[in-house]
Amino acid sequence: MAVTVSLPAVLARHAGGVRTHTVGGTTLGDALASITRDYPDLGRRLSEATNPSNAFVAIYVNDEDARFLGGLTTPIRDGDEISVVSAIAGG
Amino acid sequence: MTAGIGTLSQAELVRYSRHVILPEVGLAGQERLKASRVLVVGCGGLGSPVALYLAAAGVGTLGLVDFDTVDASNLQRQILHGTSGVGGSKLDSAEARLLNLNPYTRIERYDTRLTASNALEIIEGYDVVVDGTDNFPTRYLVNDACVLAGVPNAYGSIFRFEGQASVFATADGPCYRCLFRDPPPAGAVPNCAEGGVLGVLPGLVGTIQATEAIKLLLGIGKPLIGELLLVNALDMDFKRLRIRKDPGCPACGTREIKELVDIEQVCEVPVAGAYGELTVGALADRRAARHELFILDVREPHEWAIGRIDGAELIPLGELHRSLDRVPHDRDVVVYCKGGTRSAQAADLLAKSGYTRVYNVAGGILAWSAEIDPTIPRY
Repeated sequence: MAVTVSLPAVLARHAGGVRTHTVGGTTLGDALASITRDYPDLGRRLSEATNPSNAFVAIYVNDEDARFLGGLTTPIRDGDEISVVSAIAGG
Repeated sequence: MTAGIGTLSQAELVRYSRHVILPEVGLAGQERLKASRVLVVGCGGLGSPVALYLAAAGVGTLGLVDFDTVDASNLQRQILHGTSGVGGSKLDSAEARLLNLNPYTRIERYDTRLTASNALEIIEGYDVVVDGTDNFPTRYLVNDACVLAGVPNAYGSIFRFEGQASVFATADGPCYRCLFRDPPPAGAVPNCAEGGVLGVLPGLVGTIQATEAIKLLLGIGKPLIGELLLVNALDMDFKRLRIRKDPGCPACGTREIKELVDIEQVCEVPVAGAYGELTVGALADRRAARHELFILDVREPHEWAIGRIDGAELIPLGELHRSLDRVPHDRDVVVYCKGGTRSAQAADLLAKSGYTRVYNVAGGILAWSAEIDPTIPRY
């Protein structure tokens, strides 16, 4: 049972510079927790950045925004792709 | 007068012949492009390929919004501009290049910053807006103005090796606020000046924006409405994610945003921490008055090598947390970086580590170069 979690460059720097992590778990919350356990700074930033009152990071399970699936309780299956998407402004 | 068909002259028919033979474009489509009006907001990394390809494609009227001058550090990616244009206005440089590429293009110049008071007036009357701006306040302004004016927004943004593209503010599609409700706090997301960007990346993302603009103008294909295209140039990975129209979106859902507001001030509020802000003028005054200061430069060594404020000490932001023993407690600590974002993070770290006399230099060494010491190169 493994899913991949892709982090954008702005957040990967808080996860040892690694952009793609392979983790286990049965919910989106489990999968993210298994990364943020190793990188607490990433966890702090993710929870700030996904605060519904001012969210500038979206978390997708496959091609769907997890906000519309069930948030952190969204079930995940083997092979799912979790994408963390941050607002970026460069032009 | 030379022969032509409809609104296109013989010379234009020759110029656009590879378009005209496409069944999806044809003569009618090319005439439609000629009658079209596209506003390109920002003539930088994204705006360069957008404006070049739209002019080449025969879009009749291109509006260009930019108030900036060409800087040598722009030329690594902003291909509208050349070495001879450094120091001059971006609009002058862009207009000359675009008219040389296609003299049939009409250029409408807006030598101004897009603000809440002028955005609607500028955007109304265009068929498509292309967002090539480089900061969150203007991106939210473009989004809200496009929603209010009912003008589709071909969106793109870039950072390091990553890009995003979508089409927002169509009649039934989502807008940028459906994806990200409000701008992040200042300093939470670094910009390209702080974090760097691969020079080719705006070429990749900008040509996608130009493609979407042309599809919208011609009414062909399947534009990126309700979809976010993620581009990762390092892996050459392209991923499409769904963006749902959010019924609670204050711009296009509840429509509680009825008028535009400049959000620049909101974004300049420091993230957290008890530290002060210092203008470069105030720093110069304190130095002249021989105040005892610890001036801390938190940039990288290669930036330090380009230029620095005399008397400063270098501790890159990433090393600061393990180098606090080098920072004194008994005097004012004045922190600067290139533009003020990294130094705000450093000031926050210092404040949270018990330092009580911490100041962040607003605008960083770029402001110092512009206002105090022009011998320091801008980069």
